[in-house]
Amino acid sequence: MAETAPAALIRAVKSFGLLRESWVGMVGAGIVALWVFVALFAPLVAPFEPNATLQPFATPGTAFAEGGTFWLGTDHIGRDILSRIIWGSRTVLIYAPLATACAYVVGILMGLAAGYYRGWVDEVLSFLGNVILSFPVLVLYIIIITTFGASPINIVIAITFASGPGIMRIVRGLVFDLRNRDYVAAAQTRGESPWFIMLVEILPNARGPLIVDACLRLGYVIITIGVLGFLGLGLPPPDPDWGGMINETRSMALAFPHMAVFPCLAISSLILGFNLLADGLREISLRD
Amino acid sequence: MKDDTDPLLLEITDLCLSYFTRAGEIPAVQDFSLTLRAGESVGLAGESGCGKSTVALGIMRYMGNNGGIVGGTVKFKGRDMATLDAEELREIRGSDIAMIYQEPMAALNPSLTIASQLVEVPMTHDKIGPEEARKRAIQMLADVKLPDPERLMNAYPHQISGGQQQRVVIAMALLSNPSLLILDEPTTALDVTVEAGIVELISELSDKFGTAQLYISHNLGLMLETCQRVCVMYSGEVIEEGNIDSLFTWPKHPYTHGLFGCIPLPYADKNTRPLVAIPGQLPLPHERPSGCNFGPRCAFFREGVCDVGTIKMETVAIGGDRDHRCRCRRWQEIDPKEAIPVGVSKEPAEIGERVLEVEGMQKYYEVHDRSIRAMLSGKSVKYVKANESLDFTARRGETVAIVGESGCGKSTFAKVLMGLETATGGRITLDGVNIGEMPVQKRSPKQLGSLQMVFQNPNDTLNPSHTIGSQIARVIRKFGVETDKVKAIERMLHLLDLVKLPRDFALRRPRQLSGGQKQRVGIARAFAGNPSMVIGDEPVSALDVSVAAAVTELLMDIQREQGTTLLFISHDLSVVRYLSDRVVVMYLGQIMERGETEDVFAPPYHPYTEALLSAVPIADPEITKRHIVLEGTLPSVLDPPAGCPFETRCPRKIGEICETERPPNQDAGDRHVIACHIPMEELAKVEPVIKVPSESERIRTAMAREAKAAAADTGEVPECSTRS
Repeated sequence: MAETAPAALIRAVKSFGLLRESWVGMVGAGIVALWVFVALFAPLVAPFEPNATLQPFATPGTAFAEGGTFWLGTDHIGRDILSRIIWGSRTVLIYAPLATACAYVVGILMGLAAGYYRGWVDEVLSFLGNVILSFPVLVLYIIIITTFGASPINIVIAITFASGPGIMRIVRGLVFDLRNRDYVAAAQTRGESPWFIMLVEILPNARGPLIVDACLRLGYVIITIGVLGFLGLGLPPPDPDWGGMINETRSMALAFPHMAVFPCLAISSLILGFNLLADGLREISLRD
Repeated sequence: MKDDTDPLLLEITDLCLSYFTRAGEIPAVQDFSLTLRAGESVGLAGESGCGKSTVALGIMRYMGNNGGIVGGTVKFKGRDMATLDAEELREIRGSDIAMIYQEPMAALNPSLTIASQLVEVPMTHDKIGPEEARKRAIQMLADVKLPDPERLMNAYPHQISGGQQQRVVIAMALLSNPSLLILDEPTTALDVTVEAGIVELISELSDKFGTAQLYISHNLGLMLETCQRVCVMYSGEVIEEGNIDSLFTWPKHPYTHGLFGCIPLPYADKNTRPLVAIPGQLPLPHERPSGCNFGPRCAFFREGVCDVGTIKMETVAIGGDRDHRCRCRRWQEIDPKEAIPVGVSKEPAEIGERVLEVEGMQKYYEVHDRSIRAMLSGKSVKYVKANESLDFTARRGETVAIVGESGCGKSTFAKVLMGLETATGGRITLDGVNIGEMPVQKRSPKQLGSLQMVFQNPNDTLNPSHTIGSQIARVIRKFGVETDKVKAIERMLHLLDLVKLPRDFALRRPRQLSGGQKQRVGIARAFAGNPSMVIGDEPVSALDVSVAAAVTELLMDIQREQGTTLLFISHDLSVVRYLSDRVVVMYLGQIMERGETEDVFAPPYHPYTEALLSAVPIADPEITKRHIVLEGTLPSVLDPPAGCPFETRCPRKIGEICETERPPNQDAGDRHVIACHIPMEELAKVEPVIKVPSESERIRTAMAREAKAAAADTGEVPECSTRS
């Protein structure tokens, strides 16, 4: 035991070292880490109250009479855009991973069952998945959220519903391959239950592609949350929400571009971060 | 042997090849020298990871972006390969040097017909028209002995069998009329009887076309049938080189001796002459010891002699072969009698009461034909008869082998036994309970534990995500052997001791283990529930010879200790003859012959057993065997012959009765049963396939050779009279 504990530690350090070899992955991880830091310490980082009306239509860099500077300007009702973006990152970084995780739980369970049992279970689940996938996603979101009302939980439900089938397909394909391995046969012949085999024997070996996909999907979910906010289906105002910020200032975007551009940049930088991280992870997983 | 005056075709001197990786330079091949003349065939033998395929790629200068020549020269027809540019290399590859790989299906494009793939070759290299090219292609298909070449030209690769595919690949390689043919394990993916046909073809080719061959294989027996000279490689170096006769009769290097000790030759016996595995394992390329690479595993290792400096090849003149060379500082001091490892004879296991009884077992798979025509004719369901009326018994402590080529239904039978499939008919009684129709979910933990399996593929048998220890401990608790966590861990450590693995492996993950070690863990897992019977589905066929010998011995030792019944499923007759007490020979889902091992391997034979025995290459030049090559391919399981399943390929077919009637089970005495129409008296008259010389004959021929060698030493080559 004593010998291998340091060995395990060395292995953990090494696998982090692997990511370091992919500069793309490192840049992605850096961007994501920056946003996580900002979200965690929002009260300390943000210069102003996010919902306080201070000075309408201030351009970026304007100094505030009561002290401080509006680095990114203010919006039409005088709220500091930088502070709102910083506070808004909290919503995104809570609900996007939460929604992705929920979608993964549903998608993995469905995919495992379809891939492991095959036959009619697979046919039923795949049919359900195809029906959902054949709907235009936006229509689906609008139906769900207008029916159940706009709330964080409903956003999570809508995203789970819409991306679960896609995840199911990936998992199902991986399970098709993995279920023929000898170690699965070994587990069957020692009398393990099907769900034990699926969750303990098969799922851990599908983790590589799933982690990469999760990073990419997290990016899409951020877009989705932004889009829902933009459509007015996001979080109820006045809480800062990146998509909502773009929507509110949409009519003034030509005269005051800073009101819409900075929230847009926030969204795309975070998505870029996750995509680069996914690329880096994929590069590493292909290497060995 | 070819004349020395023939021009040199390939001249490799002091070649060093390296790969460059993140971890730095990895020397794959070191100090490799070889000369090859037109029409000569030289074998490169060695276990996986010894660098033999790298040599082939190095000759072609085809080592990818991260590999290259770091020293020495490769001269092909007098031209240094290192000086050629990309265009000149492209000219040579595929036309002057052709290569044949292990997997025929990967070498052929599945979406093109055979015609279009073959015709392309002469059209590109000889710049001839399509008509002429087609004619040549058809001629070449006939030359590689494919039936009906005209029809075959329009087939797609998946429509023909594996053996035929490999013949097409050989035809494709020969179409450009190469002067050097590199064969990289060309028969490893094929069945033995198919392999025998390809080997016969390959050995005829050099005579017919004058093509020089570099034959790469791990199988020393095949070398004997195809090559004139052999280089034995170990850890990136040639450690011994010589012509077939002298290398197989007077191997000098301890590693070569060790290899021969690992091969189950016909006179090896699990009790009186067990195999002797080479201790230790192949060093990683960047962790090679100083001095002799084999040093740490060598019984003759001497400090200060074997572990200093680089060891050069030395000429060993014996048996009239002036080119027998060996990379060992102590070869003169090593006494061959001492060098040949002899196993300690062991007590045979006691054979007890019946454990497994199989009576009339059947397994049919339904295949639904959904075409309209099939529905109209009412024949929409067809049956694949994977197993048809199997009967045999196995006793406690006994090893029963099921032998057959791929598709004979041996793995299906294992699945039914394990409960992964259920039998469609008949009875399988294990410890008094009929388990044939009992799927794995309905078996009690005790039943599950008493029947376990060792799988074939070492990379697949363990779950890569969990540690070795947790995988074994899980089995122990699942079978209810130990319920207490601490006791389960203790028992797991005992199991690791049992399979001779260090205890700290418990915390390792499968990818940190070598193939042989993984297989040992698989064995430990199978024996966790104190099984009364263990099924080994080709447990050693994916391993190297020396590793396979160690795993086989381990399996035998545990069996002896625990009195377990072993059902050994294999296609390898050498291993089967070595370790089994009883043999069941299967073909197309039916038992052709069964009985005690000595009875099955001696006349009277079933004609199929006879062909199988003849097909197995034996790495001993003193053993003579009758040559039987089966014609045709395995019939489809969907549409098997109505009479005897072997009727379509049988060289001893006696007439219509074979096509129409099921062969009767004839009793040859002592539970030896042969399913054949040929009368027993006639079968008994058949000569034995393999002739092993008796001990006195062996000594006589050895003495004659030695005398000849002594004459050669003193008379012809005085400079090599180093032998005292």
